Amino acid sequence: MNSNKQSEKVYQEYFTKEHNLLRSAVRDWIRKEVVPNIDDWEEAGEFPKELYGMAGELGFLGIGFPEEVGGASGDIFDAIILNEEMMRSGSGGFAAGLGSLGIALPPIVKKGTAEQKERFVKPVIAGKKIAALGITEPGGGSDVANIQTTAVRDGNDYIVNGSKTFITSGVRADQLTCAVRTGGKGAHGISFLVIESDTPGYSVGKKLKKTGWWASDTAEIFLDNCRVPAENLIGEENMGFYTIMENFQMERLQLCVMANMTAQMALEEALKYTKERHAFGKPLSGFQVTRHKLVDMATLVEVSREFTYRVASKIQAGLNQVKEISMAKNFACSISDKVTYDAVQLFGGYGYMRGYLVERLYRDNRILSIGGGTTEIMKEIISKLM
Amino acid sequence: MEILVCVKRVPDTSENEIGVNSAGTDIDRDDLVYSVNEWDNYAVEEAIQIVDRVGGKVTVVAVGDSESEEVLRREMAMGANDGLLLSDDSFGGSDGKGIATILKAAVKKGNYDLVLTGAQADAGAGQVGGMLAAMLDQPYASLVNSIEIINDKTLKVGREIEGGNQEMNEIQMPCVLSIQTGINEPRYVGIRGIRKVASVEIPVLGALDLGVSSGSVGSAGAKVKVQDYFVPQLGKGAEILEGSTEEIIDKLIELLKVKGGLK
Ligand SMILES: Cc1cc2nc3c(=O)[nH]c(=O)nc-3n(C[C@H](O)[C@H](O)[C@H](O)COP(=O)(O)OP(=O)(O)OC[C@H]3O[C@@H](n4cnc5c(N)ncnc54)[C@H](O)[C@@H]3O)c2cc1C
Repeated sequence: MNSNKQSEKVYQEYFTKEHNLLRSAVRDWIRKEVVPNIDDWEEAGEFPKELYGMAGELGFLGIGFPEEVGGASGDIFDAIILNEEMMRSGSGGFAAGLGSLGIALPPIVKKGTAEQKERFVKPVIAGKKIAALGITEPGGGSDVANIQTTAVRDGNDYIVNGSKTFITSGVRADQLTCAVRTGGKGAHGISFLVIESDTPGYSVGKKLKKTGWWASDTAEIFLDNCRVPAENLIGEENMGFYTIMENFQMERLQLCVMANMTAQMALEEALKYTKERHAFGKPLSGFQVTRHKLVDMATLVEVSREFTYRVASKIQAGLNQVKEISMAKNFACSISDKVTYDAVQLFGGYGYMRGYLVERLYRDNRILSIGGGTTEIMKEIISKLM
Repeated sequence: MEILVCVKRVPDTSENEIGVNSAGTDIDRDDLVYSVNEWDNYAVEEAIQIVDRVGGKVTVVAVGDSESEEVLRREMAMGANDGLLLSDDSFGGSDGKGIATILKAAVKKGNYDLVLTGAQADAGAGQVGGMLAAMLDQPYASLVNSIEIINDKTLKVGREIEGGNQEMNEIQMPCVLSIQTGINEPRYVGIRGIRKVASVEIPVLGALDLGVSSGSVGSAGAKVKVQDYFVPQLGKGAEILEGSTEEIIDKLIELLKVKGGLK
């Protein structure tokens, strides 16, 4: 981060020139390769697999990962830029799908052995394999300490039984960073195993039909007597819960970014539309009530984004921001709830019609306050830290 | 082969709606997002491809203020080897001839076999390439849409001419070519390129370094001056189609049928 000093005026810039160059590079790629096709991919319920290869080739998938594992290194704002510009596709599903490595790989990068990184991290960053994170189960997602999928040691293997659901990239994933119960009840009995999708007993249910995020393939995954080599255990046995909790911090930050971008795009669409659309002989923006609504939307988006960036820069500085990131997630999601709602309102009937970006933003927005820890779970975390 | 590609920082028309400012003296530049002139980007890609084939070096050069550095860095991240910024307070307000004068001075300082420009930039005048060639006393081809290397002295270049027809020419190096869009498919800028050029120092040359007298360039030297900017009045026979994109397309097809343009 630069400190920008002009005479006695001092303020913090979050983005450097190098960041801006990255932004324009990702934007250029998204604009040419994704935007022209995204409506079709949304309807198809997935985007072409080749996109992983392209993004890997350009090094975009490696942003935020260390160079030893094939990453492009970079700081937290590089990762934010990547996400913001993927959101510029207008499809949260595309960003979540292509970005699923962002939640699936960090446990392996942080806790894995050199050999595990070679096998499970490098090919994903190169865009040759797809990775997903499997925590949520049909029986519950919020209560992570209570997961039921079991992994029982048998010689050099674990025998895994159970199922995972709502798994982003789950239909096409080659590997699942999977939370399993290796020990007793509660948080102390959970471990991470990487389970490859070609393991006998691993099967994928139908692609789940969702309110939003259509371009991302979401699945239920069944694990029926899967024999997983013990060498696929990530970190220490029974220490997985803490890794999950650590992993959540970045996921939550990225959900803040997605919420802010969803709101930002809804605002931009509303600004354009209210200038063009006429009612009672003048543009909608000619009504004071409309202008004031737009002002309220813009103010909320600005404040939310600023808070997210602020928390991000503190995380980058190594400060503990568990409380603040939980607050930021709830705040950003409440803003995107309101702003997408208002944008649809300003579009009138068209806002309810497929083909209008605000309609998709409104739907895509809904997951943000549920995934990565619900609003209520965020409040539980915050209340313990107050 | 030593190739110099002239690049300009221009408003990005895919990011901005371009309008005229209230005084009518320029386009409205508040909050504009800038990027590299599209034609120049094709020229840089072509240069990189040539060097990939026959070896050599690509240098990108821009006339502009310090903000133009971002455009040079972008093109270097794409694969150009060196950057060069020509910047001086006295360069501001140059007309096409002024820009060509500044560029000529930079070309003279190097030893380039080939100089590429875009066919045109944001002002749409398309004059810098031709003037630069004349000032250098070098051969010139405009609207080039293919380049083939015959030997170390000769190029075969294709030119797009009226009616979608194609012309092929042989041209002797050193020469200047202005490049048409579509000559290639410019590559995307990847993260490795960005990291590589992030901390490279880009040399800056001013009027003194270039030996350019300040009276010959900038607003002082400009003999073409923009007088006015405005949105033209709707003329007779002009019809603006309104409605959603689908409605506009339907109306257009209807009109073309009526007028005999579509059978
Ligand atoms: C599109 C999509 C993609 C997803 N991607 C993934 C993925 O890639 N990997 C993955 O592992 N998971 C993924 N999830 C799952 C997601 O993380 C869970 O849905 C989420 O954690 C909530 O869990 P749940 O659905 O089981 O709801 P529940 O935990 O059953 O919660 C239901 C309701 O009860 C509330 N509640 C629960 N506990 C409390 C409490 N203590 N106090 C007050 N209220 C409470 C919740 O806030 C919620 O309102 C995805 C979900 C969706 C919809």
